[in-house]
Amino acid sequence: MILKVALSIGLLLYAISTFLYLYRILKGPTTSDKVIALDSTGMNLVAIVALLSILYDTDAYLDVILLIALLAFIGTVSFAKFVEKGKVIDRERDN
Amino acid sequence: MSLLHIVILLPFLVALLIPLTSRWTKKIHTGWLVLPVPIVLFIYFLTYIPKTMAGVSKETWAWIPSFQINFTVVVDGLSLLFALLITGIGALVTFYSIFYLEKNKERLNNFYAFLMIFMTAMLGVVLSDNLIVLYLFWELTSISSFLLIGYWYHRERSRYGARKSMMVTVFGGLMMLGGFIILHIMTDSFSIRAIIANGAAIVENQLFVPAMILILLGAFTKSAQVPFHIWLPDAMEAPTPVSAYLHSATMVKAGIYIVARFTPLFAVSGVWFWTVSLVGAATLLWGSVNATKKTDLKAILAYSTISQLGLIMTLLGVGAASLHFDNLNDTIYVAAIFAAVFHLFNHATFKGSLFMVVGIIDHETGTRDIRRLGGLMRIMPITATIAFIGTFAMAGLPPFNGFLSKEMFFESMIDVSHLNLFHAETWGVLLPVVAWISGVFTFVYSMMIFFKTFSGKLKPYLLPKKPHEAPIGLLLPPIILAAFVVLIGIMPNMINKSLLVPAVKSILPKLANDFSIHVSMWHGITPALLMTIGVIIVGLLLYKTHKYWKSWIVTHITQKLQLEKAYDYSIFYLEQGSYRTTMWIMTGWLRTYLNYILGAFIILTMGTMIAASAFNFDLVTLTSVSAVDFVLAAVILVTLIGIVFSKSRVTSIILLGTLGYTISIFFVIARAPDLALTQLVIETISVVLYLLAFYHLPQFSNIEEKPKLLSAKTLISIGVGITMTLLTLVAYDTSFYESISEYYIANAYKEAAGKNIVNVILVDFRGFDTLFETAVLAIASIGIFAMVKLRLTKREDKDENK
Repeated sequence: MILKVALSIGLLLYAISTFLYLYRILKGPTTSDKVIALDSTGMNLVAIVALLSILYDTDAYLDVILLIALLAFIGTVSFAKFVEKGKVIDRERDN
Repeated sequence: MSLLHIVILLPFLVALLIPLTSRWTKKIHTGWLVLPVPIVLFIYFLTYIPKTMAGVSKETWAWIPSFQINFTVVVDGLSLLFALLITGIGALVTFYSIFYLEKNKERLNNFYAFLMIFMTAMLGVVLSDNLIVLYLFWELTSISSFLLIGYWYHRERSRYGARKSMMVTVFGGLMMLGGFIILHIMTDSFSIRAIIANGAAIVENQLFVPAMILILLGAFTKSAQVPFHIWLPDAMEAPTPVSAYLHSATMVKAGIYIVARFTPLFAVSGVWFWTVSLVGAATLLWGSVNATKKTDLKAILAYSTISQLGLIMTLLGVGAASLHFDNLNDTIYVAAIFAAVFHLFNHATFKGSLFMVVGIIDHETGTRDIRRLGGLMRIMPITATIAFIGTFAMAGLPPFNGFLSKEMFFESMIDVSHLNLFHAETWGVLLPVVAWISGVFTFVYSMMIFFKTFSGKLKPYLLPKKPHEAPIGLLLPPIILAAFVVLIGIMPNMINKSLLVPAVKSILPKLANDFSIHVSMWHGITPALLMTIGVIIVGLLLYKTHKYWKSWIVTHITQKLQLEKAYDYSIFYLEQGSYRTTMWIMTGWLRTYLNYILGAFIILTMGTMIAASAFNFDLVTLTSVSAVDFVLAAVILVTLIGIVFSKSRVTSIILLGTLGYTISIFFVIARAPDLALTQLVIETISVVLYLLAFYHLPQFSNIEEKPKLLSAKTLISIGVGITMTLLTLVAYDTSFYESISEYYIANAYKEAAGKNIVNVILVDFRGFDTLFETAVLAIASIGIFAMVKLRLTKREDKDENK
């Protein structure tokens, strides 16, 4: 019972945090602000899925946690590259 | 298959062989090779005369028996009369055309191939008993007539005339097909004889009158009845043999044939009686009035043909009254049917000869304009004699056959004004009056044809050629026809027993066997004779004063009722209207088409739901909603609003990524780990792909439009959202049946050795879907590769309409 209450509080806090990130995505003065907010949203999602798997008492979502972490990284990297160079994949390697 | 079938198809087979004869036709005229065909057919059909006097002969050749479509041929009196006209005049016209068309200047193989196709088609029309086969041959006459009118296709007027006749006759043909199909629906039979035998059963059917009107439309368009007569004068651009054959003697009588053939079925109805007689009378009057204002001989003959066809049609309509009397032998209206058949035959003879005469004049003087012609009597005495016989027969003067049938026509018209049926006592009086007036005009234009061409002064300076008498080859066919005109005038009962009475009997099958009618030149001083005398007196007066009233007719009557103009304008506005409509609807903008598609979706779906009053939501089956669901829904709502109103592309993309990730969390909540995994990966890849594409796009703000709150786009998107939401809510009710998923849960491990039910379904229970989704991915990747690599042109056209 205590666990459930604790989990609910945790989820609520993460939800609030997600909304705040969302505000940053919508407002954030520069693209970099928005990308960082997106990356942090991804991390929040990792936490939310973890809390949900405890709540549902299942280990079926552990893959999801790993994947979100991975993809959030990839996404952030490609955004970063896009912001930096204007393109995601270079055609030729420039030394 | 019998000999009769071969006989009908023989000209068609000959038409197929004509191109093979080009080796011989370098030396001799193709017409000589073709000429034996109609002669043989004519002789063959002559052998049928004794048979049809006794009864009918019938042959069947199964074509599509499962649909009751069989090539059934029935020869009775009416069919035989037509078949003899087609083959007899066909032979004469073929002979005539050998001398008319020059071997080295014309594409004769085309001409004779078309002519032979037409002959088969026409024989098929008059001999078929099956409605569908009849329709097949009917359309074949339209097509071959189209080809023959457009024979000199380098002339603009020929192409126009061919197109116009095609439009009008094919319109009528399609209407007639509709009528035939209705007949089939009512009687479950395609056989004309069988339908007529069951005729009494369908009179009360509510489809009876529509079938009648549709079939009459077909007959009226083909037989150039008002207002569908407009194609016939333009069809005069065809070579003269074609005009003589198709547009005076045979094809334009196909409609007459249809009306005569269906008389026993439809004539019990008052609608038939009035439609056929009044349309016929209107055509008679309109054709005769119009003929007097023309200056081209062929145009005069064209309007004269229209008028005479109207005469025959009127007689057939009036003859319908005879079916309402129990004893057909006593009724005077049978005489109307007899007069129709008689005039049908007479018209074919004198009109055929007149067309050939006009062809001769055209051939020997170079013009057909009566303002240039005159005084040809001394130069072309034989032609003048033929023309004299033809025109006087057409005017209805003794001693030629036209006089006899015209007298009978007048008699029938007087009789019908006493008819005590269909309220004929009120309006029936009009018919003899119309008949008499058009008789006068017929007299006037007949005199015009003869006297303006052959009497008066010769005007050699107006003629393109130096006129001289025609060769014997051109003269022989009209001489034969004129001989018939005279012979029947002198011995009017010559063909009665053998040809005309069997024809009347097949139009009125209830007629007793011993029916006979006696035609005589002198039959006492009757009202009809007095009418003829009146016609001659008034006609002579009008002819003498022709130049005074002609312009009055043109300006006051025919200019105001120009049906040709109406046709031209309707074609013009149809084309213009279609073009403008297409230009208005097909804007070339994808957004417009999306509006159409989504708008149609809203209207159809909402309309169906409203019509079925399907708005009953079952709240019992809804599941409870947790706080997490609310939070996620709120996130999605915020991101969606952000996407719609965002100002830059990158913001849209980031928000789209957020949206995808949130949906994956929804999958987590809904306990679908596989979906969540896939959704995450795909979302990431899509975002990266968007970023890839954006590098090549211009700045978002460049094409930015201020989203208007109340535009069509907004309304449609809101409408689609509402429609889809309502549809989902209505469809959510799962109480109808059990889900099939229980089976998968129970059997995933037992049957397929897998614990992951989703994956077992994907690759085992329903592996076929997965196979083809893999194929979709393969096609997509190959497609992308091809689009990126394959550059056949340096720059692609950006506009799809280019």
